[in-house]
Amino acid sequence: MTQRSIIPFGPQHPVLPEPIHLDLVVEDETVVEAIPSIGFVHRGLESLVAKKDFQEFVYVAERICGICSFIHGMTYCHGVEQIMEIEVPPRAQYLRTIWSELSRIHSHLLWLGLTADAFGFESLFMHSWRLREKVLDIIEATTGGRVIFGSCKVGGVRRDIENAALRTIAATLQDYAKEYREIGGVFLEDLTVKRRLCGVGVLSGEDALQLGAVGPMLRASGVAQDMRLLKYAAYGEIDFSPVTAAEGDSYARCSVRVREIFQSVGIIRQCAEKIPDGAIETKVAGLPDGEFYARTEQPRGEVIYYVKANGTKNLERLRVRTPTFANIPAMLKVMPGCQLADVPVLVLTIDPCISCTER
Amino acid sequence: MPVFTISGMILRSLFGRPATLMYPFEPREYATGSRGHIEIDAGTCIYCGLCRRKCPTAALAVDREAKVWEIDRLRCISCGCCVEVCPKKCLSMARGYSPAVPSAGEPEKHHA
Repeated sequence: MTQRSIIPFGPQHPVLPEPIHLDLVVEDETVVEAIPSIGFVHRGLESLVAKKDFQEFVYVAERICGICSFIHGMTYCHGVEQIMEIEVPPRAQYLRTIWSELSRIHSHLLWLGLTADAFGFESLFMHSWRLREKVLDIIEATTGGRVIFGSCKVGGVRRDIENAALRTIAATLQDYAKEYREIGGVFLEDLTVKRRLCGVGVLSGEDALQLGAVGPMLRASGVAQDMRLLKYAAYGEIDFSPVTAAEGDSYARCSVRVREIFQSVGIIRQCAEKIPDGAIETKVAGLPDGEFYARTEQPRGEVIYYVKANGTKNLERLRVRTPTFANIPAMLKVMPGCQLADVPVLVLTIDPCISCTER
Repeated sequence: MPVFTISGMILRSLFGRPATLMYPFEPREYATGSRGHIEIDAGTCIYCGLCRRKCPTAALAVDREAKVWEIDRLRCISCGCCVEVCPKKCLSMARGYSPAVPSAGEPEKHHA
């Protein structure tokens, strides 16, 4: 019998932008088991609801994550609005949808770059991030911030985008789509990339559901689950269907994300065509009393905000279940049997966002 | 099976203009409406203190008697709340980074 040994992976590792630790039990080069430990960057943001006014807390919610910040803020607002029965103006709903999709595009391009870096393709990494930078410019022009949008508030949004500017953004993204197609082609067709992704970390649809996987991780295993189908914001009026793949391997997860970029470009185009004129916010009167489970789709998958209010200006309890946390069991499931060199790719294919997870 | 699919892109970036900016030798152009730092026109300020009450990070301090408006640049998150609530519109959001602060805990003071 081959001797087993334990190799520590992380919390500091070249492929990890954020700290997670895995104890990898290996036999020669083959991983037998992976034991995770998290909790390196816990900030206690949930308990801040006791100190911050419920309207001010949007700023804290946005800072839970630096990549999907807008959707965090929006989900929080959605939860509070449902409790207070606030009718958000349709224009604000459309703007929220547009910003959500812009953040999905930039997050997926970021992920593509990081994955290229994980399998050692540095030029691909830099070109992915070059394209991401252009999306960040659009975000900065419309919200004022590059990653912390700060444009969502309880009752609506804080900034408007002119209709002409929206059409220009949709047209610009259509132009960028050519470049996305080119870089997507490298990820989906190049021999070197396929050698590193095809057949690595296969997760069956049944296992994915049983382990509670969410987002692209679940959709890449053939399960068409997408929280946008719950029709929050303006998604009820947009024509789209979840992007899925059947194989369940790392290549399928990459392919789902590449295709979701084009889907987001399409959703923004539809929004720019359909957006109604009108107010962008409703005045918020009174204090929230009640509880609500808000579920939305982040680039990484489903995020759940449990908001509980007791009729005072501070919420009683806030609980955030982030997609990375839900995807960790699935990641551990696919590790046994893989090669040690494939571990960085497998960690990356769940699109880990550790600061989100630990809040 | 296709190989070297990235070569077109690589050649274009090899002979084309650089995608990056030679910062800081070339200044960065900020978008209109970019949230950089807060500026005050102390001449029109009435020191009502509304900005201080609305600031989510408690970065502002206003002394009505002494007519002093203070901002702790390291606490400010440039959310623009104060600009929205200012009744005299003397606060504004400027583009670009705020000037460097000499040390933490020493707020920047503005007098009338």
